Amino acid sequence: MRRFALIVLPYAWLLALFLVPFIIVLKISLSDIALSIPPYTPTLDLSAGWEGTKRFFAGLDFENFVFLTTDDLYWKAYLSSLRIAAVATFLTLLVGYPIAYGMANAPDHWRPTLMMLVILPFWTSFLIRVYSWMGILSGEGYLNQLLLALGAISEPLTILNTNIAVYIGIVYTYLPFMILPIYAALERMDASLLEAAEDLGCSRLTAFWLVTFPLSRNGVVAGCFLVFIPTVGEFVIPALLGGSKTLMIGKVLWDEFFKNRDWPVASAVAVILLLILIIPIVLFQRNEQKQREAEG
Amino acid sequence: MKHLLLTAASALAFGAAAASAEEVRVYNWSDYIDEDLLDKFEEETGLDLVYDVFDSNEVLETKMLAGGSGYDVVVPSGTFLKRQISAGAFQKLDYDKLPNAKHLWDVIRERTAAYDPGHEYAVNYMWGTTGIGVNVDEVKAALGEDAPIDSLELIFDPENMEKLSECGVHFLDAPAEMIPAALAYLGEDPDSHDPEVIAKTEDVLAPVRPHVQKFHSSEYITALANGDICVAFGWSGDVLQARWRAEEAENDVNIAYNAPKEGALMWFDMMAIPADAPNPDGAHQFINFILDPKNIAQASNYVYYANGNKTSQQYLIEDVIGDPAVYPDEDTLENLYTTTPYPARVQRTVTRLWTKIKSGT
Repeated sequence: MRRFALIVLPYAWLLALFLVPFIIVLKISLSDIALSIPPYTPTLDLSAGWEGTKRFFAGLDFENFVFLTTDDLYWKAYLSSLRIAAVATFLTLLVGYPIAYGMANAPDHWRPTLMMLVILPFWTSFLIRVYSWMGILSGEGYLNQLLLALGAISEPLTILNTNIAVYIGIVYTYLPFMILPIYAALERMDASLLEAAEDLGCSRLTAFWLVTFPLSRNGVVAGCFLVFIPTVGEFVIPALLGGSKTLMIGKVLWDEFFKNRDWPVASAVAVILLLILIIPIVLFQRNEQKQREAEG
Repeated sequence: MKHLLLTAASALAFGAAAASAEEVRVYNWSDYIDEDLLDKFEEETGLDLVYDVFDSNEVLETKMLAGGSGYDVVVPSGTFLKRQISAGAFQKLDYDKLPNAKHLWDVIRERTAAYDPGHEYAVNYMWGTTGIGVNVDEVKAALGEDAPIDSLELIFDPENMEKLSECGVHFLDAPAEMIPAALAYLGEDPDSHDPEVIAKTEDVLAPVRPHVQKFHSSEYITALANGDICVAFGWSGDVLQARWRAEEAENDVNIAYNAPKEGALMWFDMMAIPADAPNPDGAHQFINFILDPKNIAQASNYVYYANGNKTSQQYLIEDVIGDPAVYPDEDTLENLYTTTPYPARVQRTVTRLWTKIKSGT
């Protein structure tokens, strides 16, 4: 019985929170825009019985997906989102890894406090924290005031409403998602392995690359996925910190949904985004599994 | 941003308490009422008022078209109202429950009939124009004493804009406002729905694009008031709020609003009751309360927007009723145009053109 629950629960979770919403979005992506509530047609009318169901399926087609290929805006936005997400993930890793490393090597009694400090920002709304970056980065913001006062610059820097501000916002917001899995991996590591490496003549740096980093690889991969995936579809950060030249798919999706009121095309954009993200993830997991089996 | 949070908080509250007959839920634009009126309504009627705010017609429309918004009164602008009526989003008003509707002003009623023939679904809350807000001293410093602050040349002539970019220019991030303005500048029909005519605006907007610091529909209030920017193409009352804030702050920022002489867009925000409103009776009570001349006058005196209530004019302060930027004189009124909603295909062209102008893609 317990075994059964263990198997069924994850699948039920997946079904309720992923597959059902996905099928709803997929269904809308195959329909047509209409001026009605809800603003698309056809809708499934179960009261009309089998005939209604047949009519419903006859009304679905792939027109919206074809439309997406006719305008280069869409693939440019996907590519630009993937690029921004990749760069931001790399930067987050660069900042997050040393922090996680420091935490894992801190004295035991410090760790709960350090952990707390990483989690603490979540106690404030994400929106307020991103918004306050506008105050820091703007032309008359704290950062420019500080740099001007120090004499480091003579003219205020334009950071807000550029991609740099978007990167800062993403790295700041998603940092805990990078730190926590890496920390978890590093904390589990057996310190005697490092001693062994040093006994065998490794310098500390070589030992890090040969022992510590490979052992923390799972944490790094998990952290990168946790940052990369939501960042590709990120809307709030580019909307608040980015400029009008920041092209991201989240913004395109917003325009389709709110400005054009075209739920079917917006859904098609979302379905493709999901495919773009899910295929590499599945391939990656397959690869991991194969490796594990090979090592097995 | 506090409004977004308010909305989020109230969305949470929704889950907790099922809509009861004792509650009226109102969804209006941000910074658009004297909040003392909300308490007054609760005292007079004994109803609980839930008052949420939005800052774009698109957000409201999405809620309306999704259905089940839970709101009893919403305030879309005219063009959006018209489209949402066609979608079946609203119920008809019961004028027996709106005795104060007799105070409505003919001048506004005639114009809003374009969106709601017969006034079956909505009554006017407030109205205004879209035009040019300037920091007078900065603009004169950049362009000289005879700077065309009442003309679209100020914002659509690349030479002017190049000089103004030094002190900062904001445009509304709303193609439905900017494209009619560009068409008016070209001498075309501002309400054109012809994609080829609309495409001509690219030649107006693209050359000035590099000199626009930001496209945003609410930040310019603060930016103008603080002196961070010197020109904003925006909504009348918002610019006047900026003027008022600068006066309060005594920061020597001198702001003026002008409806462009080439013609300015006149828009109307309309109170309507969603078809699936949980408490239509309370909704009528709220609308009737707002239609009370003293109440709507108090709101106008607070937000510097004109309203559609004739009787209320005797209660307006001189700063509002006496200011042609708020209540335009006959000549200016002649020069104002209205627009109608774009059909879905044209809307797509307009959105796409706007993305192209803003992002270059």
